[in-house]
Amino acid sequence: MEYVVEMLKIRKEFPGVVANDDITLQLKPGEIHALLGENGAGKSTLMSILFGLYPPDQGTIKVRGQEVKITDPNVANDLGIGMVHQHFKLVHNFTVTENIMLGMEMTKGLVLDHKAAAERIRQLSQRYGLNVDPEAKIEDISVGMQQRVEILKMLYRDAEVLIFDEPTSVLTPQEIQDLMVIMRNLANEGKSIILITHKLKEIKAIADRCTVIRRGRVVGTVDVASTSEEELARMMVGREVSFTAEKTERIPGDVVLKVENLYAYDNRKVMALRGFSLEVRSGEIVGLAGVDGNGQAELVEVITGMRKAESGRVLLKGVDITNCSIRDRIRMGIAHIPADRHKHGLILDYTLQENMILKVYDQAPFAEKGLLNREAIAEYAARLMAEFDVRSGQGATALARSLSGGNQQKAIVGREIDLNPELLLAVQPTRGLDVGAIEYIHRRILEQRGKGKAVLLVSLELDEILNLADRIAVIHNGELVGVVDAKEANEHEIGLMMAGGQRGATA
Amino acid sequence: MWWHLIEQIFPYAIAYTVPLLITALGGLYSERSGVVNIGLEGLMVVGFFTSALTISRLESSLSPVVAIGLGLVLATLAGAVFSLLHAFASVTLNANQVISGTAINMLAGAITVYLARHITGSGNILIMNGLIRRNVPVLSKIPILGPLFFTQTYVTTWLVLAILLLSWFLLYRTPFGLRLRACGEHPQAADAAGINVYRMRYIAVLLSGACAGLGGAIILVTYAGEFNGTVAGLGFLALAALIFGQWKPLGILGATFFFGLASTIANVSQAIPALAKVPGIFLKNFPYIVTLLVLVFFSKSTQAPRAAGEPYDKGKR
Amino acid sequence: MKKEIGQEYTVALLAIGLGLLAGAVLMLVTGNNPLLGFFYLFSGGLMKITRIGNTLATATPLIFTGLSVAFAFRTGLFNIGAAGQMLIGGLCATALGLTLPWPKPLLLPVIVLAAALGGALWGLVPGWLKAKFNVHEVVCTIMMNWIAYWSVYYIVPAYFKGAYLETESRRIPEAASLKVGWLTRLFKGSYINLGFFIAIATVLIIAYILDRTTLGYELKAVGYNRDAAEYAGIQANRNIILSMMIAGACAGLGGAAFYVGYASNMQIGVLPSQGFDGIAVALLGANSPWGVFMAAIFFGLLHSGKGFMNAMTKVPPEIADSIIATIIYFAATSVLMERLRQRLQKRRQARDKTDLPLDPEAKLQEKVGGVG
Repeated sequence: MEYVVEMLKIRKEFPGVVANDDITLQLKPGEIHALLGENGAGKSTLMSILFGLYPPDQGTIKVRGQEVKITDPNVANDLGIGMVHQHFKLVHNFTVTENIMLGMEMTKGLVLDHKAAAERIRQLSQRYGLNVDPEAKIEDISVGMQQRVEILKMLYRDAEVLIFDEPTSVLTPQEIQDLMVIMRNLANEGKSIILITHKLKEIKAIADRCTVIRRGRVVGTVDVASTSEEELARMMVGREVSFTAEKTERIPGDVVLKVENLYAYDNRKVMALRGFSLEVRSGEIVGLAGVDGNGQAELVEVITGMRKAESGRVLLKGVDITNCSIRDRIRMGIAHIPADRHKHGLILDYTLQENMILKVYDQAPFAEKGLLNREAIAEYAARLMAEFDVRSGQGATALARSLSGGNQQKAIVGREIDLNPELLLAVQPTRGLDVGAIEYIHRRILEQRGKGKAVLLVSLELDEILNLADRIAVIHNGELVGVVDAKEANEHEIGLMMAGGQRGATA
Repeated sequence: MWWHLIEQIFPYAIAYTVPLLITALGGLYSERSGVVNIGLEGLMVVGFFTSALTISRLESSLSPVVAIGLGLVLATLAGAVFSLLHAFASVTLNANQVISGTAINMLAGAITVYLARHITGSGNILIMNGLIRRNVPVLSKIPILGPLFFTQTYVTTWLVLAILLLSWFLLYRTPFGLRLRACGEHPQAADAAGINVYRMRYIAVLLSGACAGLGGAIILVTYAGEFNGTVAGLGFLALAALIFGQWKPLGILGATFFFGLASTIANVSQAIPALAKVPGIFLKNFPYIVTLLVLVFFSKSTQAPRAAGEPYDKGKR
Repeated sequence: MKKEIGQEYTVALLAIGLGLLAGAVLMLVTGNNPLLGFFYLFSGGLMKITRIGNTLATATPLIFTGLSVAFAFRTGLFNIGAAGQMLIGGLCATALGLTLPWPKPLLLPVIVLAAALGGALWGLVPGWLKAKFNVHEVVCTIMMNWIAYWSVYYIVPAYFKGAYLETESRRIPEAASLKVGWLTRLFKGSYINLGFFIAIATVLIIAYILDRTTLGYELKAVGYNRDAAEYAGIQANRNIILSMMIAGACAGLGGAAFYVGYASNMQIGVLPSQGFDGIAVALLGANSPWGVFMAAIFFGLLHSGKGFMNAMTKVPPEIADSIIATIIYFAATSVLMERLRQRLQKRRQARDKTDLPLDPEAKLQEKVGGVG
């Protein structure tokens, strides 16, 4: 039987890295085919090749039996291949119609024909159950709808093959359900779908077959229905994966962080925190679960001091720090592993040494009377690097930019933990890292808990929270929906809470 | 008496506004595509010089109208060609756009004066015939509006206004305009839609060079009459007008006219009894101080193209 | 780090070479002999001790404006306003010089301080606007340039009008001039003045601040990554303002060096070109204090010799400006050629690095700039 797309023996090398090594992927018409692999396994590269962003070094691509060379996205589009990107490529102040017709505009003579395009969009939207308003501006619509606009972009171009790149990381559980239905509809209408993901549950829910990739190589292609999650995980990682970390019983101590009735605006002057309250005690990890964009970022900013709250209080060990400066809070014992290590965690153009002292550079022994003490700084950095397994080819004087993501994150983790903080704020601490680094950082966080420190773990990965937290708080629309004891938590209940359903005890 | 004064000022204000307007329009194209063009000042000088050179050479052998027309055309072309330097640095090499623009300003200023000095010794190039001001046939008879806008106008004013309207149409009603704006707001989206961002930006920068070159030429044939090596900061003022006008064609029309009026009032203040008492220092600085205030005022709600000033690297996804 | 300095030298030399080449082309275009032109251009600055003195004196304001631009740049800001800051600094210096009847040892420090403060004030405004309102400092400093221009235009004739011409100020008394007898005699009557030594001191101070102090650490951090710096507790706003003030002060000192050092009065109606040349100096000097020093001397040489060249050949003196402008264009673009070369080199090295676990896709993402 004919495959609609075949990628045969694809090899792609970048300087120092073989991203794809002899990969073969075959897509049947009308199927939903998952591409499973960890961060860094090579999935995105493979799909970028299919979509025309890179040429393969070796191997061939066949579309409907014909060999083709896909040199740029336009060629991919002409062949009927479309990609729904993980980071939406939508112009914020254009309407839905303008975004969809960009690059393939319908014209009446010289002029853009908005009406005809909008009409076509409406028809497509109805046919596939997408429910999109053509006249709305992108910046005004929800994330779920934005994703459906991305899907429509592909359908507008008569795509037959749709590639979804990690589509669910930005959706609420309900929106994920909606997306699953839409994907089924598309498949039933004859479209073929490649789903790039590292989420086993979704694969089990929707995919027909699954190709597993590890370190640039295909591990196998399996029928999803007859393969268990554990089996898929084992193929993905290469060894037995423990789904839960080793956690000892601990009785939490005094309250370290108390957040009382916080109200705060976000950057667009919309209220992001509405009366949020939470407590974190010493010796416990509180996990904050929620879909991206529900106020977590603003909460972290208020606690660290980057954002002023409109009302409410933040107390550290009983002391009101609501109006304290960032520096004071650091001195009082708040450490922070930020969500975006490049933007907030490190100064990439500084050396590793200079980054290690980022929070203590003005204190003895690193500086005296405003003058830096180079030896003390070098010693400190060396000690931290050894203790926290930070590897850098050129040593401590290398620019932070030159380290791998995992080592950059370890450097940040080391720096923050060495401050011996009372409260550790870990936000997305393992984003974009491979399993080894993830396990290491999880271990360190548990260590802090063991030492009697308080940890607030903010993460978009529910599994991470379920794994590490003692108590799980859920945030939705800036409000605390509920707090659940980890031992009693189940994912379904938490998913409901993330979408706004009320359950469980309050903090 | 007041009315007579306003009647007198308006044509000058408009004459001063027009080069500013066309240059700001050029800046609009460039910034809307995502490239900041600080070099507008230098590109105006290039147009200023080229038109002076062309007209002074040709006006004795050809009719003034033809000479001037050619001067304008060549100035436009020269501006476009010179702007290639900025396009190459900013778009292909992803250089820092501010530095590249500053380099253009310095290059233009230096090379034009160098060549001018070689030709005339003093560095100034004089032309004999500029444009004549005329009254627009029927419209100048309209009460109030007629004397203000339609008397004693230069033909270039109408040319620039036509270009303005054409630009508005181009920007908002054609596929080209949609794509251009996409490049300036979210180049990755444009790229994914199959648009060649690099090519778009090159075109936009070339357009900005052409417009600025034309602007410089208009200065020559309307109120300057002679090339003297500088356009006295008009190119930068055009940038400020761009921000003031919030990157919209109609907005910059208003903004540039404001500057034109303000500068004219400052210049003729001596002749107006009421204003003659205001120290020149305030009148002359007025446009610049207002610009600063405007920048502050608009800083919060700026409509600047999101990707303006950031080099676009295709590798980033 | 050593390797990077080597590469910066290559970039600088390449840019200079290309600039001189452009100059040669320009000379040919106007029918002159480039070799002869260059000979007179460079000997004009070096031939006699007087000329050497003039070269140093011409370079001195450039050292200051170069430092001004370079310092601001290291902290993430574009200071296009060095010209205006020079004017204000010069105005303060001239004004005090003409009104305070004090002896030289007392007057000079006061004048120099005033110039620095004046420049700092002129830098404070764009700094504050940037910190508080995020107004882009490029347009802001350009506006400040013109405000300074027109302010001098009116203030000088109003209070300090020259004896002969309306367009210049009165001559400052000898007590107010940075020229000193023994120095002028040493260089056989050139324009050289104490400004040169103040410039060297400033270079040392700026270098010290940047490399060895916590202030420098903070300023550079804010320049490289404002968000990360703020997360670490650094007050970005305060640092931006401070940085512009220091940059303004440097340019202000340049104003003193020029208007009461090299010259002895102020002309109105001129925006000092040294302000913009400072950008070229900073770029060529790779924004490092000693690089700025050397680049300024080179440009001083060009400017100092152009008059001689114009006298001996028919090449217009604007050739110097043209060469300088070309140099910045190539300095700006060469940096990128270099960076590209560096990146490729680093990738080759990455293969041999031993930092496990190797994370292929993350590495790829970082190289091409995607988010993990």
